[in-house]
Amino acid sequence: MAETPDQDLEAKALLKRFGSHTAVDSLSFSVRRGSFFSILGPSGCGKTTLLRMIAGFIEPDSGDIDIGGRSMRGVPPNRRPVNMVFQQLALFPMMSVGENVSYGLARRGVPRTERERKAEAMLERVGLPGSARKRVDELSGGQRQRVAIARSLVLEPTLLLLDEPLGALDLKLRERMKIELKQLQAAFGTTFVYITHDQSEALVLSDQVAVMNNGRFEQVGTPQELYYSPATPFVAGFVGANNRIDGRVSALHGESADVTTAEGWTVRAQRHDALAAGDAATAFVRPEVAVLGRSVEELAMPAESAVHQGVVESLLFDGANSAVLLRESRTRAEFRVALPQTGRFADLKVGETVMFSFAPERAVCFAAGARHG
Amino acid sequence: MTEARTRSSHYLLLWLLLAPALLWLFGLIVLPHLDLALLSFRERTGPGEYVFGLEQYRTFFAEPLYWDVFVRTAVVSLVATALTLLLAFPIAWTIAKLTRGRLSALLFAVCLIPFWVSETVRTLGWMILLRETGVLPGLLVTLGLTDAPVEMLYHDATILVGLVYTSLLFMVVPLYGSLESLDDSLIEAAYDLGGNGWTVLRTVVIPHALPGITAGCIVVFMLTLGNYLTASLLGGKNSLWFTEQIYTQFITRFNWEQGAAFGFLLLALSSVMVWIGLRLSGQRFADVMSRT
Repeated sequence: MAETPDQDLEAKALLKRFGSHTAVDSLSFSVRRGSFFSILGPSGCGKTTLLRMIAGFIEPDSGDIDIGGRSMRGVPPNRRPVNMVFQQLALFPMMSVGENVSYGLARRGVPRTERERKAEAMLERVGLPGSARKRVDELSGGQRQRVAIARSLVLEPTLLLLDEPLGALDLKLRERMKIELKQLQAAFGTTFVYITHDQSEALVLSDQVAVMNNGRFEQVGTPQELYYSPATPFVAGFVGANNRIDGRVSALHGESADVTTAEGWTVRAQRHDALAAGDAATAFVRPEVAVLGRSVEELAMPAESAVHQGVVESLLFDGANSAVLLRESRTRAEFRVALPQTGRFADLKVGETVMFSFAPERAVCFAAGARHG
Repeated sequence: MTEARTRSSHYLLLWLLLAPALLWLFGLIVLPHLDLALLSFRERTGPGEYVFGLEQYRTFFAEPLYWDVFVRTAVVSLVATALTLLLAFPIAWTIAKLTRGRLSALLFAVCLIPFWVSETVRTLGWMILLRETGVLPGLLVTLGLTDAPVEMLYHDATILVGLVYTSLLFMVVPLYGSLESLDDSLIEAAYDLGGNGWTVLRTVVIPHALPGITAGCIVVFMLTLGNYLTASLLGGKNSLWFTEQIYTQFITRFNWEQGAAFGFLLLALSSVMVWIGLRLSGQRFADVMSRT
């Protein structure tokens, strides 16, 4: 039955259209057993449709989904070895916490005493011992989250689907729940499929992330791969902060290319695509890749590096993520540079002129309008 | 000083605003009932001579006809309430969950339109359809299903049809309210956790809709129990409806004392039934009333 025992989920040419809109466009991918797989994309990219097809609430127009090596064609949601944690959690308000957790067991005909024992054990594993008799509205947001996960995991599903479950929480709690989710997944070893529009959630939590756009996966890879070697301009722009410079290729230097903007500012970046002089191209430079200095010497870059000059437009203080927004002196192009943690530029003023530079091999440029799936 | 004055003027305003409702309550409900209560405890000893006593209530329990009609009215009303609930639930579900926007409003209007016509006219409409020379018996003969026209009026089933038809909207509205507020993701979650249509209905939908169900049942039961027109028109002389007994005592027999006692027994019956209903469904009266 299980031909590929190491894959818990396999989608084969999955397609779903709503009217003329293609929500999920012939998607094929697989998720390794026991991994944390995230689908990251902007709202309307089709990720919710994809998740609901895996759960069984939507039938695909064509293609197939295998879960645990078994085809799910025509299998209704209540018969799939899959459980879902809903965006608004969807805990049953008319039942106690314990009844919520044992709901699925009751549907399977597990006797009451065993049900209660299993529910209590599961609540203990998620850090809520002794709360079986509580009402759902007596719990805090984070505790409800854990009940929602416990309610699904008690059924020992092959796959746990999570539909932006952290979206409704405030920032502080969200940060804590991120860590908790990762620990829970590691402890249970269940395969998690997590959808989110928050790149930080996807990067922190996942073993593998699929970046989704217009019904297709732009890139599937580890968080590090997505961040350091984006495969498409969309991934480069969507995952992490990035400076985007649109222009045309003015010169080629081995692996790198010079991209010159319409205003005449030239930056050098590693070529991702086969580019020829004159091609429209987009370069991406991460804020932390660029270095800042008040003089060329302070930059401490190799002699051949291009040095750019900019005027401080605004200071974006955000603790460890502080940055400065510059305007390139000649073309007024916007450029963001991360401030070093040493506090060396703590006295930087708006309107000050500074130097900045970056290594071309740490920046990347794509042919404009290129598509890679 | 000024604060005390504004406060007292606030109270004055509150009382003035409440005055019409209080006058209505006191003048048209409390006072007549007090008078009826006194009447029901009066025994006639001679022309124009009365003493206090329980004679009227004793008659009710001693005379099997009255008691039978009383029980029959309660049972038929319960059956009518149950049928109305069964019929209204899918309608409310369709309007609340399966349709959106304009279609949902249209369906609501379809439920409401019969109520633009007075109850008498609506009931007469049923009579035109069901009487021996009416539309439906004629149709059955034309189709060859019966040899001769069948009298469809004056059966218990006919009374039930009329009562359910009259009460439907009063059940659909509170049901719609409670079903509409049910989050769809709760239903999906219940399916996702292995529930099927029946268990999801039993464990999630009905518990959520219970205040609405209780509210609808109370309203429909009270309306049905106190219904006079539908029962007497569709049931005819033999409808044996308790409100008819009250009417007979007051109007035909001019026995106001007996009629008043019957009225109070009916009031007691509906109060007890509502209380039982609330206890069975575990609802509080205030919660349920806020749903109607």
